[in-house]
Amino acid sequence: MSVSSEQKVDNGAVGHAPHPAPAAQKTSWWKDEAQESTRRNLGLVGVLLALFAIGAFIRPDLYSDADWVVNNIMVILTQAAAIGVITVGMTFVIIGGGIDLSVGALIALSGVWATTLATQSFGPVGMIFTAVAVGIGAGLVNGALVAYGKLVPFIATLAMLVAARGLAAQISGKQTQISTDTFINSLATTRPLGIPMLVIILLVVAGLGWVLLNRTTFGRRTVAIGGNPEAARLAGINVRGHTMLLYALSGLCCGIAAIMLTSLATSSQAAAAELYELDAIAAAIIGGTLLSGGRGTIVGSLFGVIVFSAITNLFAIANLPTEVQNMVKGAIIVVAVLLQQVRFSSITQFARRHGLTRAKPQT
Amino acid sequence: MTNPIPDTSRRRLLFGGTAIAAGALLTACTSNEQTPTPTQTKGADTENPNTAAGKAVTIGFSAPAADHGWIAAITNNAKAQAGAYKDVTFKQVEAGKDAAAQRAALDTLIAEKPDVIVLLPHDGKELNAFGLKAMEAGIPVVNLDRAFPDALAYRLQIKGDNYGMGVAAGHYIGKTLKAKNVASPIIGEIAGMDELELTQERSAGFKAALATYGFTVANRRAARFTADSGQKEAQNLLQALPKMDALWNHDDDQGIGVLAAITAANRSEFFMVGGAGSKKAIEDIAADKTVLKATVTYSPSMASSAISLARLIAQGRGMSDLVELQVPKEVILASETITKENASTYLKLGF
Repeated sequence: MSVSSEQKVDNGAVGHAPHPAPAAQKTSWWKDEAQESTRRNLGLVGVLLALFAIGAFIRPDLYSDADWVVNNIMVILTQAAAIGVITVGMTFVIIGGGIDLSVGALIALSGVWATTLATQSFGPVGMIFTAVAVGIGAGLVNGALVAYGKLVPFIATLAMLVAARGLAAQISGKQTQISTDTFINSLATTRPLGIPMLVIILLVVAGLGWVLLNRTTFGRRTVAIGGNPEAARLAGINVRGHTMLLYALSGLCCGIAAIMLTSLATSSQAAAAELYELDAIAAAIIGGTLLSGGRGTIVGSLFGVIVFSAITNLFAIANLPTEVQNMVKGAIIVVAVLLQQVRFSSITQFARRHGLTRAKPQT
Repeated sequence: MTNPIPDTSRRRLLFGGTAIAAGALLTACTSNEQTPTPTQTKGADTENPNTAAGKAVTIGFSAPAADHGWIAAITNNAKAQAGAYKDVTFKQVEAGKDAAAQRAALDTLIAEKPDVIVLLPHDGKELNAFGLKAMEAGIPVVNLDRAFPDALAYRLQIKGDNYGMGVAAGHYIGKTLKAKNVASPIIGEIAGMDELELTQERSAGFKAALATYGFTVANRRAARFTADSGQKEAQNLLQALPKMDALWNHDDDQGIGVLAAITAANRSEFFMVGGAGSKKAIEDIAADKTVLKATVTYSPSMASSAISLARLIAQGRGMSDLVELQVPKEVILASETITKENASTYLKLGF
């Protein structure tokens, strides 16, 4: 816990702490508010390294084989791919002050709709178009209910969750629909340059999401609306229209993920993507996205997804039962949210206030 | 509100037009027509005297509306079997999404006084009380698959054998590996939903049967009966066991995903046994092009048999091959092993 001497003097004089240091003040990256997300991401990288170390300790026979290790990393990333794509959409919705509980159901609906015999007769282009169009369409309905119908996002998307699963069951006749399209099925098996195609799709979606969030007015407006919708409205942002677009974006991600999942399982069914909404929300949160909106990063969310995927993988390799895995997942979410409340910078302040560091005593 | 100048109508027209066109195209895409779902029924053309028309009876039926191929086949079979009898009126009530909803639906069914009720409960323990109530009201209850704990709650219990399914899979794997002279084989298991009692029973049977050969399960993963969860668990299992000799996957529906993961990983050094006996799995076994070499049945044809037996109960007749004049109280179906050799005879029972 290195505390620079200027800091001590400054805080001692001001008396209370939570304000960021003035611009002229030199601050260490550890305490800089703007670096909060970097610190969090480094923390998640640390978790990944720890998981790797635990794996190497439990199964040294496997982890000493370089080919196996590379392949295992690809497996972890492949399993993170579909959830990663919907988490990108989820991150936008949450930053914009909403929540989308319908993502798992929308994947099932898009996937089922895209794998009906009629759709499959149009070939891969028809299937991809259908999945994406259904996703966007359902997302727009979510958005319209929230933005114009003034429904609470939780309720609107919960209703969509139930309805979309119902419609998916209706369309599929509750059967598992097998995809016979070789192009779609080959997405999961091809590895250009040694990287699975699905991972490449995830990286492209995440890259586009990063640009959209950080380098466009659309992204700045999303943050503004999530931070303070009234202020955003007064600043001339079309809050309702923008909110609707956010849910459509989430729906688009569901459509893409539906194709990815269909290709992985070479089939689709109404019960597919069970509880993906919770995985996506949890990943966004442990990645540092604030549930109340206004703050979050794409990179953080991606790390969140990869951490969950790595845990599932590690538990399989260690041959531990699923129930233990779920308990660990739950604990990680709680710890992540607690950390979110505490903030790293306030730990040093807390320490200083209680004389745990050699700070000048306050009066 | 934000923009006083009206939007250029061309843009809106373009967007609106695209949306409507996409919508029209999409609704055309929901069609899923293929050959009508094959059902597993016993025709009325046999020389069985019991197929002769008897007293007209009304059979009430309720099964959960789960989005799973097996449950769908249960309902389809029951309906089709009832349709095969001229003297049966089939009255189905929706079971809703949980035990409470099913109980409410069944209460209205009791009021209609059917001659007999065939019931696949959401949960046998939770609907036990309903069974008692119906029996007290003088309506015989045929308890299908998920068992009531109380013997007074049913006239007939007909169910599959989950423990036996595990035993059948264990014996097939044990025998095959012994024949191949594999000394200490590595055996994987992909179970279904772990919180269900039936999954525990299947795994217990599998473990016990393997133990008779001196074998154990090296790694066990639990999926969710869906293809995508099966794919995920299989992918991790294959990572955990870089070399494997045999694999049992509890459910053929999730097996579609399991097979996809195996194909994607280019693994073929082991053989796989499925569970349930879906049409796709039986076809794959017959074609013998994948690692899937056998499947152990848990057939939804039990719904057809339940309807047939319910009819006999209501008409006061017995099973013609038995000496007794009434239908027995319990029927437990044996789990059968389908391999390449007998796949053709079982294909009509696939769902």
